[in-house]
Amino acid sequence: MAEMPNNSRLVRLISGLGNRVVNGIWRLGFASRFFLMILVYSGTALRRFHLTIREIYFAGVLSLIIILVSGLFVGMVLGLQGYDTLQRYGSSEALGILVALSLVRELGPVVAALLFASRAGSAITAEIGLMKATEQLSAMEMMAVNPIARVVAPRFWAGVISMPVLAALFSAMGIFGGYLVGVKLIGVDEGSFWSQMQASVDFREDIMNGVIKSFVFGIIISWIAVFEGYDSDPTAEGVSGATTRTVVTSSLAVLAADFILTALMFRGA
Amino acid sequence: MNRATLDLWVGIFVAIGLGALLFLALKVGNLGATNVGETYLLQAKFDNIGGLKVRAAIKSSGVVVGRVSDIRFDPEAYVAVVAMRVDTRYKFPKDTFATINTSGLLGEQYIGFEVGGETEMLKEADFVKKTQSAVVLEKLISQFMFNKAAEEPGSKKK
Repeated sequence: MAEMPNNSRLVRLISGLGNRVVNGIWRLGFASRFFLMILVYSGTALRRFHLTIREIYFAGVLSLIIILVSGLFVGMVLGLQGYDTLQRYGSSEALGILVALSLVRELGPVVAALLFASRAGSAITAEIGLMKATEQLSAMEMMAVNPIARVVAPRFWAGVISMPVLAALFSAMGIFGGYLVGVKLIGVDEGSFWSQMQASVDFREDIMNGVIKSFVFGIIISWIAVFEGYDSDPTAEGVSGATTRTVVTSSLAVLAADFILTALMFRGA
Repeated sequence: MNRATLDLWVGIFVAIGLGALLFLALKVGNLGATNVGETYLLQAKFDNIGGLKVRAAIKSSGVVVGRVSDIRFDPEAYVAVVAMRVDTRYKFPKDTFATINTSGLLGEQYIGFEVGGETEMLKEADFVKKTQSAVVLEKLISQFMFNKAAEEPGSKKK
């Protein structure tokens, strides 16, 4: 019997591990079902579009400042760092290519998505979680209003619509920042900065793939954000935990999805 | 906040988003520059295309006159066949000389047209007869080494 505490701790450890795995798979299944439910009930969000517009304002318009300022600074840093490396090989004119391609293909969609997840995704989760905690969602159901159609779907579609817009703005702002530092501050030739950029950035291959990426990231972030809010424990800790999980999970999911999309889009070429 | 103000803000948001996309398309990308006007097809056979890629530029006197549209391998003649789309504004004589060049030391490869003196012009789907393959650096170095090795005894005699 002296072994018992030790043994039971091991048992607890294994059962706890099993519980976490089963719970994770259960949540994944619920999240997938929830995703289908959003799609099924999104008729209202599109018919009564002002519901979605209101959410675009909160998710998209209010994220503009952080997206624009971060884009500008990322572009300026790219300009400085890129120039520092390129001028060693005497090809500082290629700065435009470096700044534009890295922003349009990768940094624009990914960094905008990470910022969007922490700026807007967390807010969506907290809002829906708090609605659940204060039983507003149950109240809606009592009034025969479907909370998925009325609350969840507009927020989901607002995120999906806002994300590509924000990513395009981030890229454009970053290229402007790179131009400011590269051309205005350091003095790279303006003509070759733009012309080399135009010669090597392809609209379909680079820009449209970036837009597709940001669209996919928008789906991922919005889905995770509304799901975590809807699934949160209706307590103060439950909502705060759900908000944290939204930021962590959606950031990881965005980076993982970025790898997969990049491997699919820019294989060799 | 009332509905009209929200609509206004979201409208501005979407408009500047589209503006950013337009900026990316026209100023950053080359949407405006490619596929302008009509093109006609020319073909050329090369022993070795080196690192030439589809969409590489075709230049004459340094001016871009077209793009490479397709590269395939001819299994009978064992040569590469390059299909090129050239702007219809530019006509080239039958004895045009197509070479694969590199811009800069390590830059991209492109096809250069050196114009000959013939009066008859190349037409749709014609083959450019005279071509020069890409310079492969390894071959160049090995040739140089062989020549050096061959020179060595001769120079000692003198």
